[in-house]
Amino acid sequence: MQIIKDRAIVEDDWHHVENGEALPDGKIIVTLDRWREERDALIGRKNSGLGIQLSSDQEAKDIADDLEHFEVVSLHFPVFRDGRPFTTARLLRERHGFAGELRAVGDVLRDQIFYMHRCGFNSFVVREDRSVEDALKAFDDFTITYQSAADEELPLWRRRG
Amino acid sequence: MYQYDKFDHQLLTERNRQLRDQVERRLRGEISETEFRPLRLMNGLYLQLHAYMLRVAIPYGMLSSAQMRQLAYIARRYDRDYAHFTTRQNIQYNWPKLEELPDLLDDLAKVEMHAIQTSGNCIRNISTDQFAGVAGDEIEDPRPYAEIMRQWSTFHPEFSYLPRKFKIAFTGATEDRAAVAFHDLGFKLVKNDAGEIGFQVLAGGGMGRTPMVAKVVREWIPKKHLLSYAESIMRIYNAYGRRDNMYKARIKILVHELGIEEFRREVDEDFENTLSQSLTLDDAEIARMQAYFTAPDYEDLPATDDSVDMLLESNKRFRQWYERNVTPHKVPGYSIVTISLKVAGVAPGDTTADQMDAIADLADEYSFGELRTTHKQNLVLSDVPLAKLPELWNKLKALSLGAANVEALTDIICCPGLDYCQLANARSIPISQQISDKFDDLDYVHDLGDLRLNISGCINACGHHHAGHIGILGVDKKGEEFYQITLGGSPGNDASIGKIMGRAFSGDDIVPAIEKVIDVYLENRQPEEPFLACYRRIGMDPFKERVYADH
Repeated sequence: MQIIKDRAIVEDDWHHVENGEALPDGKIIVTLDRWREERDALIGRKNSGLGIQLSSDQEAKDIADDLEHFEVVSLHFPVFRDGRPFTTARLLRERHGFAGELRAVGDVLRDQIFYMHRCGFNSFVVREDRSVEDALKAFDDFTITYQSAADEELPLWRRRG
Repeated sequence: MYQYDKFDHQLLTERNRQLRDQVERRLRGEISETEFRPLRLMNGLYLQLHAYMLRVAIPYGMLSSAQMRQLAYIARRYDRDYAHFTTRQNIQYNWPKLEELPDLLDDLAKVEMHAIQTSGNCIRNISTDQFAGVAGDEIEDPRPYAEIMRQWSTFHPEFSYLPRKFKIAFTGATEDRAAVAFHDLGFKLVKNDAGEIGFQVLAGGGMGRTPMVAKVVREWIPKKHLLSYAESIMRIYNAYGRRDNMYKARIKILVHELGIEEFRREVDEDFENTLSQSLTLDDAEIARMQAYFTAPDYEDLPATDDSVDMLLESNKRFRQWYERNVTPHKVPGYSIVTISLKVAGVAPGDTTADQMDAIADLADEYSFGELRTTHKQNLVLSDVPLAKLPELWNKLKALSLGAANVEALTDIICCPGLDYCQLANARSIPISQQISDKFDDLDYVHDLGDLRLNISGCINACGHHHAGHIGILGVDKKGEEFYQITLGGSPGNDASIGKIMGRAFSGDDIVPAIEKVIDVYLENRQPEEPFLACYRRIGMDPFKERVYADH
């Protein structure tokens, strides 16, 4: 499956593991429940990547102390109108210093991607009935931003010069 | 007033390009109405009963005469020669076509205007005291802070998909003319014990089906923390505001369910760990914004004028207009004039394109080319030389804009109601017109004094009925339009929510019922006692007994 990562279209090599599913080899993303239940087993896996997915009602602080274990944090948008993952993303990046891949999944559409990018998301699993190429255009929607956010340390008034 | 620099212009150009693309994709059918809806709503475009409605932002109510002329041009070019001033100090067009929207927005951009965030579940147009900068009771002009907040809230990446809409108001005066306590978030410029000016922060006010007066989150924060503290409040709301039920999604429900102490604890915890020190305002930025809102070149004028005094003596109509529509200015020899848009036979807040052009001319001639809109759906000329008042009054009368009724019974706040709005249960404009017709005796209305009557066509309360001394609420009873009466609401420093009097009235019975309410006031009032004070003294019962006596 093609996704957007760091503003380029790439083949996704991560596997989302369902809650009942046996743990496969390779790069996997698990739910917060699974992480809490099988923490030691997940840390003990050899030569394989680990990521975690939060639903929109789960919070940055739920994983803040465990971030060293995750290459990917995936935040799920059940519907594009649910704006909670925007806050979770900024907190992970700006308060908790997460430097790995921050991934948007679920109802991920072109018209929200610019904001997601500003909040610290750097990979996007665009909804499957939509064009990934089209979604890539979202990064160019604006060149001017008033606020500081994960992508910009200073608000515009400190940059007006 | 604020002037765009190259960054503001560039951002607006990019926004209009983005929206043009979204409209074209919608017209080609590439995105569904469900997906287009939040995009158009983020830009003030509603689908109403008969057509699209576009709401254009007037940030904190400030307009130049050039902007007013462009609004008139747009009314002619894209609409039916009129427009409607709203209760959020904005302006609405009722008949724009989707195909023409991108061109309309480009025309607005020419005068530094837009429709960004005038709807949708985001931070809406910020409102303030319509007398900001000229009122005698002001601690500090709130407009520079409103502009700082406007820029910070425009396309905020974290707070554009909130649980529900979010309204912010500022005031810098001791008398609250901006209904701050009925906002999601309110900022009052106040002094602390050490005499330093900062903000009192209120949250959780609002109208709608669960009206609430805002609670104080912080008694005082330094001005430099305006944005960081606002960001923490927004973050707690975005994270924890309810998303399961749109009727319980406003911040007032969160504040109510958590309790103000727990809400404050959450906000303060986030604030102590603020994401970026760069949000802290410095003196240079505050001074830069203040430089946009400096006083015009006032002349040294005498504090009184003989010709005005003589006309006040000799002409009762001028005196009534002066008492109702003219407010003292902080500079001697100047006056603040409110132009009432509550004209008999016209929907409250409606103006024709010709009137808008004429008002722009008056602003140029008498008030340094600036205008303000008010949340009570009127317009303000903020800097009129006292000696020019008779001349201005005559010109306003010639434009059918001489109504002498500001804060009087016929200065009705009214939503568009079932004539335009698909949410409404009942018509509201015809009720306001019946009241204007019934109470057409100027002397009688003048004698009633301050009396705020507000009408909403449904429980969403866009007509602020909860905050009316007398409120009228349209309800649906088995497919028929009925009207409830509330008494005792107030939008000001003594903010209160009106109480429902009892059973609702039919469209035929509502105005006679209002007449009875006013009769009870007239019979019970003490000398100089306004309606609200009288109601608070004698209570609901005398009104109720009279109004329901025959039923």
